[in-house]
Amino acid sequence: MESQESRASGAQGVAEPPLRGLDRGTPPKPPSELVAWARWAWRRLTAMRTAVVLLILLASASVPGSLLPQRGVASDPSAVPIYYREHPDLAPWLDRLSLFDVYSAPWFAAIYVLLLTSMTGCVVPRCARLWREVRSAPPAAPRRLSKEDGYMSGEVDEAEDALEAAARHLRRRRFRVVRHGDEVRAAKGQVRELGNLAFHLSLLVLLVGVAGGRLFGYEGRVAVVEGSTFANVASSYDALTPAPWADLATLEPLEFTLESFAAEFETEGPRFGEPRGFEALVSYRSTEEGEGTFAVRPNRPLDIGGTKFFLTGHGYAPELTVRDGNGDVAASGPTIFLPVDQTFTSDGVVKVPDARPRSLALQGLFLPTGVEGPEGKGVSAFPGLVNPIVQLSAYTGDLGLDDGSPQSVFTLDFTDLDRLERNGEPWRASLAPGQTVRLPDGLGSVTFDGVSRFANFQVARDPGKEISLVAAILLLGGLTTSLAVRRRRVWVRRGDDGLLEMAGRSLSRRPLPPDELMMLAAAVGLSGGTDERRKGER
Amino acid sequence: MTQQLDLAGISDVLVTSALAVLSLALVLYAIAAALARTGPARGPRVLAPVGGVPRHADDKGRPARTTSGRATSTGRAALALVIMGTVLVCLAVLARGLAAGRAPWGNMYEFGLTGSAAVSVAFLLYLRGREVGGLAAWLVAVVLVLLGVSVTSLYTPVDDLVPVLNSRWLVVHVAAAILSGALFTVGAVATTAHLVRRRGGVSDDDPFADLAHSVHLVAFPIWTFAVIAGAVWAENAWGRYWGWDPKETWAFITWVLYAAHLHALSTAGWRRGASLLAVAGFLAFLFNFFGVNIWIPGLHSYAGV
Repeated sequence: MESQESRASGAQGVAEPPLRGLDRGTPPKPPSELVAWARWAWRRLTAMRTAVVLLILLASASVPGSLLPQRGVASDPSAVPIYYREHPDLAPWLDRLSLFDVYSAPWFAAIYVLLLTSMTGCVVPRCARLWREVRSAPPAAPRRLSKEDGYMSGEVDEAEDALEAAARHLRRRRFRVVRHGDEVRAAKGQVRELGNLAFHLSLLVLLVGVAGGRLFGYEGRVAVVEGSTFANVASSYDALTPAPWADLATLEPLEFTLESFAAEFETEGPRFGEPRGFEALVSYRSTEEGEGTFAVRPNRPLDIGGTKFFLTGHGYAPELTVRDGNGDVAASGPTIFLPVDQTFTSDGVVKVPDARPRSLALQGLFLPTGVEGPEGKGVSAFPGLVNPIVQLSAYTGDLGLDDGSPQSVFTLDFTDLDRLERNGEPWRASLAPGQTVRLPDGLGSVTFDGVSRFANFQVARDPGKEISLVAAILLLGGLTTSLAVRRRRVWVRRGDDGLLEMAGRSLSRRPLPPDELMMLAAAVGLSGGTDERRKGER
Repeated sequence: MTQQLDLAGISDVLVTSALAVLSLALVLYAIAAALARTGPARGPRVLAPVGGVPRHADDKGRPARTTSGRATSTGRAALALVIMGTVLVCLAVLARGLAAGRAPWGNMYEFGLTGSAAVSVAFLLYLRGREVGGLAAWLVAVVLVLLGVSVTSLYTPVDDLVPVLNSRWLVVHVAAAILSGALFTVGAVATTAHLVRRRGGVSDDDPFADLAHSVHLVAFPIWTFAVIAGAVWAENAWGRYWGWDPKETWAFITWVLYAAHLHALSTAGWRRGASLLAVAGFLAFLFNFFGVNIWIPGLHSYAGV
């Protein structure tokens, strides 16, 4: 919609009511009030200024989503609950206005649906008009050529030859040309309007692509510990957000094992501790693509039949063996601890409901490179495994696992738990790999066997992706064409007095290509021509 | 390693020299303006002559009249310094890239540095042959501010990239963002000048508005490409091509505002509004670079302050 026929009305959508279909077949009485009203509303909606207002609205409506925490935006899933806790009065009101889901809010959808409607209503009739124009011959020259955007005139020896030469020259330059009496009429750059149409329609295609993902796709997250295997069924995911019509029963049949995970960190300089490389080596088995191994890295997902596994994070899973009061192993193996800071200080819990005589729960802090911090507290100085330490406190009582209510594996429900104490002080232990500590009151012991790593995979399937890509390419191509091509008309006319006049008119806001008339003049052998370029008259 | 250190050091020295040279250019522009004003000119200087733009104007956007020859030659010397400063900044970018062994736009400092170079080059290319010489001093000032902020607040020593940035798309996506950003900057300065001149009575037909328009026509598709390339990269890195991350959101806002600007241009009687929209689009772009990186947590925050 960028360019306009310079001399036509500014608001193109208004020029021609596209609702003609409505009154087809109606008798020639004045249309009913409703029809008149609908027609008025449609004209308003498809006017260019409405589109501008809607664009401004769309931009403003997007702002709050970047300032307030959003649900379903990847960076921090707990941002909204945290905001609720910090602003208990304000948050429910913001939520009522969908301000935590701005981009799926009804009012946001209303703006872009109106915008797309307005745009379609504006562009399609315009292109229909253009199509008729393209099929008709270039229009006749205006009476006074000297008033056009570009104008040259001068004497030629043979006017007829000059007109022929002009037509030839313009044809060679891919103008559409007709000779009519004493004048040559030429037009070029209709492809601009085609680009304009492609650009605007591509936005509709994009909407289809986005909808495809929003309706049929799914996103999931899963943390896999070294040595363990992930099978692609819905129940294996830590979190799975399917679109309303996603078919989770037919997930791509595959499984993979995380063979090893490697992380490198900067070991010197001001960026000490910054990540430098991650690699998750997986072996996969799929009915469709057979077996194989693959190194998943950032920017290098594992792609099996369109289901992609992205490496989005990693952490440590300390291997703790818990023996209960009877000396039996009640829990063992790696437990995922979630990193809480840049140096991978990690939090985690081990629930041991089957320990006897009393069930146990451990809360731990894992330090990959444990050092003495301020106030004697242990902190991690480096994200790599240099001096792994696990610090534990222990609880006993009812873990709350039996009442059926869902519980996170990363937190404890403290309501019915008692902290273990020794000599009146809360019991704490700090273990290095290989060390064992006894729990108070003869409740058992804990051994820190070693450390595994885990990798976080983001899993995504978006069936609308390819459509969106096509739309994006169409959008870019259409936009570039519509902004780069100059639509213009050129006329050459023989005057009665032997004077040859030539003029050009730009149909977009951009001026005529410089030199176009000069080269035309040179081609027809116009001598002593004057170049008068006019810039106004827009 | 020593060679790397040398190149990084050379880059820093080049940046400092460029700052000095461009500051000197700014001083010369000021002197030229002062000379033109105190010269044997007619009456009080008006920024925008009422009744339209004079057909012929010198390189300071003012009527080519009897302004003193000294003013003209000072202006010419200033331009020479700007060219020299531009060459220095470009060399600094080159040295930085060689020192890092990758495209020199992996963090905010490098973005600012390369952006300064791009603005200078765009400025030199676009101001040639146009009657908008008065913009030169302003654009030099903008480049100085950008370069100065980069050196004083954003500076980071040459270093490797965090893994997620280590992608071919970094080169394409960020290069397009820098290029369109540089053009948006030139466009915004020209648009602001046009807005000021409108208050002085200049009509829509203003070489400053023409400059802004031709810059925006190139910048907008490049920005579109930058956003699309970013989406493709996001798909490859995070598994979704659009997630309303703050950076993506502000890129979208910038795009929509410039789209509104282009549409408003062809709406009768909205030319001033259109100019304001272009300025708003540029502010959104600036916020995306500074505000989002510094204040808003998001997936793009690793960009490194």
